[in-house]
This record gives sequence, structure tokens and C-alpha cells, in this order.
Amino acid sequence: MGLLYGLIAVGLALIFGLMDVVNFAHGEFLMIAMYATFFLFAFFAIDPLLSAPLVAAALFVFGAVVYLLIVRFAVRAKANAGMVQIFSTFGLAIVMRGLAQYFFTPDYRSVTHSWLGGKTVSVAGIFLPVPQLVGALVAIAAFGALYLFINRTDFGRALEATREDAGAVALVGIDKNKVFALGWGLGAALVGLSGAVMAIFFYIYPDVGASFALIAYVTVALGGFGSVFGAFAGGIIVGLVEATTALILPPSLKAVGIYAVYLLVVFVRPRGLFGSM
Amino acid sequence: MDTAFATSRRRDLVVAFVLAAVAAVVPLFVKDVYVQNIMVLTLMWGALSQSWNILSGYCGQISLGHALYFGLGAYTTALLFTKFGVLPWFGMLGGGVISALIAMALGYPCFRLRGHYFVIATIVIAEIGLLLFHNWDWAGAAMGIEIPARGDSWLKFQFPRSKLPYFYFALALACVAWFVTWWLENSKWGYWWRAVKDNPEAAESLGVDVFNSKMGAAAVSAFLVAVGGSFYAQFVYFIDPESVMGFQFSLLMALPAVLGGIGTLWGPMLGAVILIPLTELTRSYVGGSGRGVDLIVYGGLIVAISLARPQGLIGLFSPKRKEAAR
Repeated sequence: MGLLYGLIAVGLALIFGLMDVVNFAHGEFLMIAMYATFFLFAFFAIDPLLSAPLVAAALFVFGAVVYLLIVRFAVRAKANAGMVQIFSTFGLAIVMRGLAQYFFTPDYRSVTHSWLGGKTVSVAGIFLPVPQLVGALVAIAAFGALYLFINRTDFGRALEATREDAGAVALVGIDKNKVFALGWGLGAALVGLSGAVMAIFFYIYPDVGASFALIAYVTVALGGFGSVFGAFAGGIIVGLVEATTALILPPSLKAVGIYAVYLLVVFVRPRGLFGSM
Repeated sequence: MDTAFATSRRRDLVVAFVLAAVAAVVPLFVKDVYVQNIMVLTLMWGALSQSWNILSGYCGQISLGHALYFGLGAYTTALLFTKFGVLPWFGMLGGGVISALIAMALGYPCFRLRGHYFVIATIVIAEIGLLLFHNWDWAGAAMGIEIPARGDSWLKFQFPRSKLPYFYFALALACVAWFVTWWLENSKWGYWWRAVKDNPEAAESLGVDVFNSKMGAAAVSAFLVAVGGSFYAQFVYFIDPESVMGFQFSLLMALPAVLGGIGTLWGPMLGAVILIPLTELTRSYVGGSGRGVDLIVYGGLIVAISLARPQGLIGLFSPKRKEAAR
């Protein structure tokens, strides 16, 4: 679970690290990805594991479009810049939720069976549900790929450079908007991947994103905004805290543990664990 | 303070007085209960947004956790009334004081946080409050509290048969919130808050007590929001954690101010007058099907306005005022 939180959060962290914008529609991106997975399954009987790359690709396009249509203008605002970013992405989240309710109805849906659903394996005497295990492996693989991508490719370098000094990269002929749009696409693709995997073991409904979004923000902030590695570490911590809290507190209070740890961490270290700025 | 500014402040006061007087007469002619209900809600959200604006607009500490204070006000009043028979008027005051104290206690660690860390902390704290109330059996847990109706009375602050008293109380609340903002805007605190919002480091170096001025803003803001919450509890007769402390309340409090103009005197009221009737109408005409059309309209509007007019609609009325407010 923690690794999946990490994967959801990495997308958010990437977008934030890139341009200091928090995407408050992140949870809704996840929701869309889960629906996409569901429909691919329901209409074409494509197993979530196979549709994951498709969903990620679709979300990539979606993320880039959202940047070009909305975020590009939000970051340009001169007055109340912080507020404009929060509320334009928040408004988008509300629209997406409304559209989901309109087209998909508020019913709960689930991917009824997949290759992995409901299976467990025993590792050293501990029974682990296979979907979660695969989710964790996908998360690790995606994180590794992202790491290599940022550090080894031209685009990754352009991304890093734009992040450091958007003005200077314009001088060497890099189109800032293009880089940011690709960054948003990449962030959204990571959420798409998480959504596809999570569709195997979570109910899908229009508000599903909201329940994960806050945890994703906490995860990113815990690790420190701007640090992709921090987001991943934050995810693991959140997963562990959640599991521990479940042992002590009633299930309805399990999120309290996560929130409490977040508050403790930022009160002691206002920049998050690995935040640098 | 230059004379032009003094004149405009006097003019604000006169305009407010005239508007309040006009508003007070309207329900005498508009007898439709549905419309009266919308007017009560508009005034209440205007008052709440105005209060939120003190901390988040003037002082620049964006809080998306004000539902906590709203809920505390509602719960204090409801619990005192149903468990101990204490009149809602005292519950209102008690809820306000409790909220102000809690706002300061939370402000102590939170005001060290910057930007998104602060925003997320406010959301998370309100969520913790929500979850605690959800599991607090004595306070009704997830079932909530029903406030027994005991007949029309100003003493008990209950009027099951008419919306008018609620309207006048909401109007009074809106006027108080507006007046407090008007008064603080030109006080030492008002100037400090704007300095803190623009540049905390510079403000600090010029001798502004940044920390205490944030605490002051939080206390005033939380007190007024809690009074609004306790009014709401008496207005709807039933509260549960989700319906008074849910995240949507934090958002709804911020929206009118965002729409009208953050950190401005008139922004929250203007925003509420546009937004609340619109929300209620879309909800009853297209939202009844439960298919989310109201959400689409509502969200689309937020995106459009925040992108097209980041300084809020108030800028359309007086460009000069906008400059002064920034």
C-alpha cells in the first residue's frame, strides 16, 4: 500500500517540483484512471495489468492538455497567484467529479475478476494478497524508470534545467511550455499507472479520488515538496504508519495516525523530511 | 492616512448602512419561503467568508480548515443545549471562545509553516477533528445530534415556523463580520497583516510582530466562524460531523472571497451574493437528479473566474480600490 501511495505521490511531487504548482485535482486524475481501467475491462475484457500502459498513455495526454488549457494560465496570474493555482485546479477537480457522476452515475463499480484478483501467496509464512504485491512491484519499477529518465535522457535534463531556471533555458532554445506540458503528462501518467493497478482491489466511484488525494498531499509534504525521492520515501512511511495505526486504533480512525505523523514531522522540520528549498 | 482614503472609508460605511437597511426591508415583501431560505444562506456564507478573509485574505495565511471552527461552534451550541439545557446564546459565545483558543493553540506550531505546508496542515487538522467527532459517542458520533424544537422564541433561538428571525440574525451576523473587517482594515493590525502577507521577512525587520499578528487574525477569524456555525446548528436543527465539519465547508467559506476578491472589504459579500443563489438554484433545478450537473456548472465557474479575474470580481467595480487593497 505504501509503495502505491508513493507512486501516486511521485506524480504530484514531479509536478510540484517542476513548477511549484500543487495539483488539487490529483485525486480526480486517479479516479479517471480507475474508470478507464474499469471500462477497458468491462467492454473489451482487457485485464488491468495489460491496460495499465494504455491508461498511463491516455493520462499522459490528459495531463498535458490540462496544463495547456488551464495551468499555463494559472501560473501566469499576477494577483493572488497561490490562490489562483489552488482554486483553478480545485475547480477542475469539482468539474471532473461532476462529469463522473453524470456519465458514470454514483454507483460503486469494481473490476470483477482479473488474473490476479483475490489470490494470495505466502512469503516466509506471511500471506500477501497478489494484487497489492504486483502493485508494489509496478511502483518500484515505475520509480526506477522515472529516476533513470530524469537523470539519463535529454528530456530529463531539460526538465531539471527548466525547473532550476525557466528564464535561462529559454535562451538556449528550450520551449518552457513544452517541457512543462510534458512534465504534467508524465506526472499524470504515473497516476494513471497507480489507478490501473488500484482498480484491481478498490471500488470505483466518482469520489474515490478524494479519499486518496489528501493522503497524497500528506505523502508529498512529508517527504518534502520538490523531492521526488522524498515522495517515494513518504509513501513508504505513510503505508507503515497506516498499518501500525490499524493495530492500535479502530479502523475509522486509521487516517488520524497518518495526519498526526505529518503534523509531527512538519512541526519539527517545516520543510518535510527531504525538502531542500 | 490621506484624505482620499478617509473619504472612501466613510463612503464604505455609508454604502454598507444603506445596503443593510435595504436588505432588512426585502423579506417583508418577498414572502416566498424558498427565496427567504436562499437569502439566509447567502448572508450566512457572506459572513463566514468575510471572517475567513481576515486570516486568509488580509493576513495571507490560506486556511482550508476553517470547517473545524464552524463545526466547533455548531457542536458547542448543540451539545450545551441538548445535554445541559444551556441557551444557544451562551453556546454561541462559548463556541466562539473555544474556537478562538483552539485557533491560537494550533497557530502556535502551524504559523511556522509556509505556503503549501501550511495549507495542508490546516486541511489535515480539520480532518482529524472530523474523524474524532465521528468516533465520539457522547457527541452523537456519526449519528449526529438532533436539536429538539421547542417553539418560537428568541430566548431559545428557535423559530420552526418562520424564516424571518433567522434572516435578521444572519443579516446582523453579516453586518458584524463586515464591520469588524472594516474596523480592522485601518487598525494597526490591518496594516501589519498586509505587511505580513506581502513580505514576512521585511515586515519582521520593520518591527512588525509577525507571529502575534497572525495569532490575532486567527483568533478573530475563528471566533466569528464559530458563531456562524452555532447559528447554522440552530437553523437546520440537525448536525452530524460530515454536515458541519466536512472539507466542503472549508472550501465553501473560501469561495465567495476568492470569487469576489481576496483581501478586500467587499469581495466576500459580493462573492456570496453571486455564488450562493447560483449554487442553490443550480442544485434545485438541475442537481436534483443526483447526476452532478450542478457540480459541473459550479466547478467550471470557479475555474473560469479564477483564471480570468485572479483579483476577484470586485476589480470590476473600483480599479482604484483594488490597488489600495493589494
